[in-house]
Formats: sequence, C-alpha cells, structure tokens
Amino acid sequence: MPDLISSIVDYYNYLIYITLMMIGLYAMIAKKNLVKKIVGMNIFQTAIILFYVSIGAKKGATIPIIQHGHGEGADEITSSVIKAAEYINPLPHVLMLTAIVVAVATLGVALALAIKVYNRYETLEEDEILAQIREK
Amino acid sequence: MIWQLDLAILTLVVVAAIGAITIKDLLGSAILFGAYSFMMCLLWSIMGAVDVAFTEASVGAGVSTIFFVAAVFRTTRRTKD
Repeated sequence: MPDLISSIVDYYNYLIYITLMMIGLYAMIAKKNLVKKIVGMNIFQTAIILFYVSIGAKKGATIPIIQHGHGEGADEITSSVIKAAEYINPLPHVLMLTAIVVAVATLGVALALAIKVYNRYETLEEDEILAQIREK
Repeated sequence: MIWQLDLAILTLVVVAAIGAITIKDLLGSAILFGAYSFMMCLLWSIMGAVDVAFTEASVGAGVSTIFFVAAVFRTTRRTKD
C-alpha cells in the first residue's frame, strides 16, 4: 500500500494526463452533439501533446537556448563544452509543434463538415440526424 | 518546474475540460474550450516548452476559439447534452 501511494504521488502528472485523455474519449463516444464531439477530439489531442512535451522536461534544467550563442563572446562559448543535461530536450517540442498545427487544420475541416450537416438536416444532434436518414 | 503551480494548473485544466463537455450551451462550451487551451499554454510554459506555448496561445486559444464561435453562430447554440 505505501508503494502504491508513493507511486501515485510520483507520477501524478501522468495520471492527470490519462484522465484528460479519457474525458476527451468519453465526449467523442457518449455525447450526441456534433460540436461536443469535436471539442472532445481536441481535448484528446492536447492530452497526447501534453504527455509528449512532459517527456522532454527535466528537473533543474533550463529552456533549450544557449546563452550568448551569438554576437560578442560567441567563440569562447562554442569552443567550450555544452552540457546537454542542463537543457530541456527540445525534440518533443518540435514534434508537437507540428501536431498543434495539424490539430487546428483537423478542427477547421470538422467544423466545416458540421456546418454542412446542419444546413442539410437543420440539427446538430446525432440521433435526430439518424432518425431523418432512416425516414427516407 | 514548480510542482505546486503544476498541480494547481492541471486541476484547472481538468475542471475546464469537464465544464466544456457538460455545459448545455454550445457558445459556453466554446468559451470554456478557449479557457482550457489557455491553461494548457500556461502548463507548457511551466515545463519550459516556450515555443509550444506560443503556438498554443495563438493557434489553440485564438484561432480555435474563433472557429468554434463562428461555427456556433452559423448553426445553433442549442444542445441536448
């Protein structure tokens, strides 16, 4: 039991990311409204992005920019050894930057489709749309 | 990374996410989603991912919220769940 509690305290951030992910999944599956489903999809995406960015974080590290890397005194800094352990890993950041842009493109297409569905069926509720399709 | 600040903002993120999917008004859902995105941006600047935080503040909290509000005004605010 103490092991369980200490592991929960140690990994509280991962547990909250999984909670967020499950909130998004629940909204995508259980909610009937199309805009609510799209909100759920976005929450799911940002939870995954949050998980990836948190992998790159380190204790006691600074942001991945070399101080005075340009201009005066740049030569002595670049000639000295740069310790990678003092900097946060920037690779997950760069990958997730692409994911954010893809997420907003997906959101635009999804909302455009939702507007088209509304223009045709005069409702955004999934069950009413399905009932109208069955009547035809 | 300051863990107290991290935990407080993570709690706010979860609250904003639950609010965005349970509120019975689509415009309110869009606004709460904007708040969620902004909290996410704060979380990333705490983790030291400043470039991701910049992009999220402009694209996630800005453009996404405008898209949602525009879509809600072109369709309806009414929702059953």
